[in-house]
Amino acid sequence: MATYQLNVNGQRKQVNVDPSTPLLWVLREELKMTGTKYGCGISACGACTVHLDGVATRSCVVPVSLVSDRSIVTIEGIGADPVGRAVQDAWVDKDVVQCGYCQSGQIMSAVALLQATPRPSDTNIEESMGGNLCRCATYVRIREAIKSASQQLK
Amino acid sequence: MRAATRLEKRSQIDRRGFLRVSAGAAGGLLVSLYLDVPAFGPEGNQAQPPKVYPPDAFVHLRPDGKILITVNRLEFGQGVQTSLPMILADEMDADWSHVIAELAPAADVYKDPVFGIQMVGGSGSIAHSFQQYRELGAKTRAMLIAAAADRWHLSPDQCRSENSVVYGPGNRSARYAELANDAARQPVPEKARLKNPSEFRIIGKKIRRLDSRPKCDGSQKFGLDLDLPGMKTAVVARPPVFGGRVRKFDDKDARAIDGVREVFEIPLTKGSGVAVVADRFWTAKQARDRLKIDWDLSGIEHPDSSQLWLKYQELVRTTGNVAVTRGDESALERIPRTNRIVAEYEFPYLAHTPMEPLNASVRFNGDRAEAWVPSQFQTMDQMAIAEVLGLKPEQVTFHTEFAGGGFGRRAVIDAHVPREAALIARRFRGTPIKLFWTREDDVRGGYYRPMHAHRVEIGIGRDGMPAAWRHVIVGQSLVAGTPFESFLIKNGVDETAVEGTADTSYNIPNFHVSAHHPKVNVPVLWWRSVGHTHNAFVMETLIDELATRAKMDPIVYRRRLLKSEAKKLRAALDLMDEKSARWRSSLPGGHAVGISCHESFDTAVACAVDVSIENKRPRIHRATVAVNCGLAVNPLTVESQFQAGLGFGVTQLMARGAITFKDGRVEQRNFDSYTPPYIVDAPVSVEVHIVPSTDAPTGCGEPPVPVISPAVVNALAKLTGKRYRSLPLASL
Repeated sequence: MATYQLNVNGQRKQVNVDPSTPLLWVLREELKMTGTKYGCGISACGACTVHLDGVATRSCVVPVSLVSDRSIVTIEGIGADPVGRAVQDAWVDKDVVQCGYCQSGQIMSAVALLQATPRPSDTNIEESMGGNLCRCATYVRIREAIKSASQQLK
Repeated sequence: MRAATRLEKRSQIDRRGFLRVSAGAAGGLLVSLYLDVPAFGPEGNQAQPPKVYPPDAFVHLRPDGKILITVNRLEFGQGVQTSLPMILADEMDADWSHVIAELAPAADVYKDPVFGIQMVGGSGSIAHSFQQYRELGAKTRAMLIAAAADRWHLSPDQCRSENSVVYGPGNRSARYAELANDAARQPVPEKARLKNPSEFRIIGKKIRRLDSRPKCDGSQKFGLDLDLPGMKTAVVARPPVFGGRVRKFDDKDARAIDGVREVFEIPLTKGSGVAVVADRFWTAKQARDRLKIDWDLSGIEHPDSSQLWLKYQELVRTTGNVAVTRGDESALERIPRTNRIVAEYEFPYLAHTPMEPLNASVRFNGDRAEAWVPSQFQTMDQMAIAEVLGLKPEQVTFHTEFAGGGFGRRAVIDAHVPREAALIARRFRGTPIKLFWTREDDVRGGYYRPMHAHRVEIGIGRDGMPAAWRHVIVGQSLVAGTPFESFLIKNGVDETAVEGTADTSYNIPNFHVSAHHPKVNVPVLWWRSVGHTHNAFVMETLIDELATRAKMDPIVYRRRLLKSEAKKLRAALDLMDEKSARWRSSLPGGHAVGISCHESFDTAVACAVDVSIENKRPRIHRATVAVNCGLAVNPLTVESQFQAGLGFGVTQLMARGAITFKDGRVEQRNFDSYTPPYIVDAPVSVEVHIVPSTDAPTGCGEPPVPVISPAVVNALAKLTGKRYRSLPLASL
């Protein structure tokens, strides 16, 4: 066990966990922030995507000991960012979700895409969203919502 | 006289329903309308109903003006948490902006009106509960109007309702929230007038989901997100071959980890496993990884995919139990060999892999238990937990949790997941236990869409149409040895294995379908659209091949071959033809069109796809689908089910879209080796067109799935000249 100071959605959080614990489980079980999801544990599905210093990252394979003071933003905090809010609103407007379980990760990947590439092409979308699995396969509307958010952010 | 009438009415209604007014926690008045509770014994006995029903059966008009509608089944993506309330709210003349919804716990009152158990399956949510929710809404409305009429000393016919308000002559008006208390004292009418479709104001409108926002900001809780005070997490080490047993195990290293509470052997549906219970998931998983288990794998079949194929290929060349026989079976032999097609197909096991891994939480208190399960089968799951804990089902308070997908995987007859959770919870009296299946547990845990072989011999008539058809299907039965057997197995044929072929919409005069159901040591289960996954693939690729041979347009050919009574499918085919005509005639080089049409779960679907080959895989640029599902309750949901359901259907075309066995062990592990479609694999765009209809609505959860894979390979056949009869689809 070791103690870590984390910066989550702009707040300081202290946790006492095994150093090997992936950030995902620290968020879910220690900090009770369950919006970030477990889907595979091997960074193959993207359901656990969070931003580490603005970079979309699979939290299921990042041990908490390697996070250090990087800024962590999760689905619970992304709405405070204008791009994050626009993406969430576009997701609701386009009625993207079905079961909804993967959508936290989809939104986190989409926000990172739009922050880096405000006018993404279909190819940009496929590259950035290519590792986020949606078993309901809501991909058609994910594309539409990203384009719609991009328009809204003009 | 009025009172006498009222009494008389009440004695009629008490058998059918009752009402309750109760004080809310904050002291405000909560009015609950209990409707359509099944009759519970002799007149006057309703004070002691034999079972405890939840406080608000279907509609709750809250003092704050919100109208809480209870949904009698699981929400796991299909959208019923929005569309069932739409139906009730429309008949009730509710203001949609006041409506909120919740998922019902397990209780008799929430059983599917057709299936008789509480469940989601067979695309039955809207099809089965449409009438039920309309009547509930209409009766609630009638009671609100009666309450207003009483207040104003008028007859109910002098009043009308709109947007949660009752209006009377003059300027009289009363909001539903104000009337709720009085309405609760009104008798539940035996019958209430239902609207004509022209009067619908909510049904038939594109209405966004009620659960969108919480699913976009992380606040929606799924089963796996449950966190109760003192809760422990359990994982189970399961045998490497189904049915294996623990001979002995060493848990010294596992127990050395801080936070591990207990390690013990538990029986499984087949064989046994070792449960690890810890304060946290990560601890439990690490501890499980450190267990040293000596498995007894003797005396159990070790399935092996290559051996199974050999066995299936042999079986498929022999006639099985007859599913359907029409015309003359020997007609085939009279057709010259040059006019015959012989086609053999292979389909692998498929895992459902819903995004939210399987889980169930149970707390056992000795004489009662509480369970939280994302369940498609509340009735079976509740019974299984009760059985394990030595309780009656009604002693298990069963909460239906939102599920992150399911596709059939949460509708398991043997209820093995909640059963395991209950077995573990039994050891921890008073402590809530969350059983957690990791993705590896899920991919390797069985309950797959069964492997199938098909063999079809077709004799082609002079007109290019199939004159004789002999079809043999080999695959495990989904229901043999279960309570479902008596109504799903007829003449030794499991209907779920032959659906989509035996009941084909095509007019084939000499038609013979039979099936073999070998027993294999692999648990199998319905997988979204069930038998249609493979039957539609076989039928629609062969029909396409026949059309090509006849040098006919595939749509024209299908239209000619459809039975005259297949009106629903014909209308879908015509609409798809019309809506896709323009893009089909102006495709870029290297692209081809693939066509398919199929009816399943009483919903007819026709599909056209634009496909090219990129990186040796099919690239699906576009799809146009036409849907004939009767009245579309929420066209936005229908559209999204089809847009995404086509993508789900691509699962069986994926290069790594197969579960295979070697020496009894599953060869795949996680999404790296069993890989469902990502964004690049799914259609880039999908246009959905709905055949206008006011017929009774039929389901849209499963019907999107069967059409896509045959349409895609029909397009590939045009590009490569090859026919694709073996899935998963190898490199092109």
